[in-house]
Amino acid sequence: MAAARVLFRRGSAVARGLLPTNSPPATAAASSAALLLQAQPHSSQTDSAAAAAKPKRTKTFSIYRWNPDHPEKPQLQHYEIDLGECGPMVLDALIKIKNEMDPSLTFRRSCREGICGSCAMNIDGDNGLACLTKIPSSSAATTITPLPHMYVIKDLVVDMTNFYSQYKSVEPWLKRKDPPPTPGKEIPQSKKDRAKLDGMYECILCACCSTSCPSYWWNPEAYLGPAALLHAHRWIQDSRDQYTKERLDAVNDEFKLYRCHTIMNCAHACPKGLNPAKQIESIKKLQLQ
Amino acid sequence: MASRPKLSGLQRQVLGLYREFLRAARLKEPEERLRIESIVSAEFRQNAMNVDRKNFLYIEYLLRRGKKQLEQLKSPDTLRLSTMEVGKTPQ
Repeated sequence: MAAARVLFRRGSAVARGLLPTNSPPATAAASSAALLLQAQPHSSQTDSAAAAAKPKRTKTFSIYRWNPDHPEKPQLQHYEIDLGECGPMVLDALIKIKNEMDPSLTFRRSCREGICGSCAMNIDGDNGLACLTKIPSSSAATTITPLPHMYVIKDLVVDMTNFYSQYKSVEPWLKRKDPPPTPGKEIPQSKKDRAKLDGMYECILCACCSTSCPSYWWNPEAYLGPAALLHAHRWIQDSRDQYTKERLDAVNDEFKLYRCHTIMNCAHACPKGLNPAKQIESIKKLQLQ
Repeated sequence: MASRPKLSGLQRQVLGLYREFLRAARLKEPEERLRIESIVSAEFRQNAMNVDRKNFLYIEYLLRRGKKQLEQLKSPDTLRLSTMEVGKTPQ
């Protein structure tokens, strides 16, 4: 676990080292600095006046920028934000930047309450949903990059094609050999059987877990990744599904399943508090029966 | 016998993508096929002229985008291909 965390941290540190940190020339950040100066023209002289006015808590956000229409090298762009005028979450800061400073900043977001999984990104080296991550209280700059080891489409938007096709490959739907007990009606399930699905059905497919997994980084196509395997297990465990054996056989593969080396980054990254590694362990146990 | 220049992996991928586009065009109506071929070859030629050959990041991005577009074109539901220029009024 500790080793995995170190590896993960190092990954983000390398990414930070590689990216040139150019301030945008005379753009949003510069103009906001001008605004700041106007607001406090004599901050060094009038101490009492500055104390009476609310002290500004500014924080710098360094955000990964890459635009295919201007295909230069990716950069970290710095934005300074007054936390007093911003909501508590990282997504609030991003929306504020997009609204007030730089409308060209691109990111996915929808529900802003952690149920859609759109705003998954890497915040200070940890994968998470921007809408569920509090803005770190430290005064150091916060670095926001796209999900690691995913192809970038623009700024913080990544290509999820492979991730979704892997999810599709586990056939995430109910498959039956017999018709339902009452024709045209649903298939009943006991409370105990339903309880088995807790800890799996909550997954929102934000890809935080898969993209935090070093094993998935090296084999993104062959290894299904924690998210897809968690969903495979969700259907394997479902008492109403009658293709349990076929499902187990389908993932019983050196790469698809056994590239999981219980690194446990997935459990750490999951913004919904799930434990994909535990579910993968359970699939491995079922394979032995 | 003139020996062909040795192509890099990326160059072969681009040529492969171009060939796939021409193959996909063959599945469409003859008239549309000509249109598709001209649009595709214009796009490839334009990028070959304008894209920095060392900007691998961007070339790989274009390859992925091209593959996605190719998959859409391959679908039997896709009948024709058309282009538009943003910022110009249609004539």
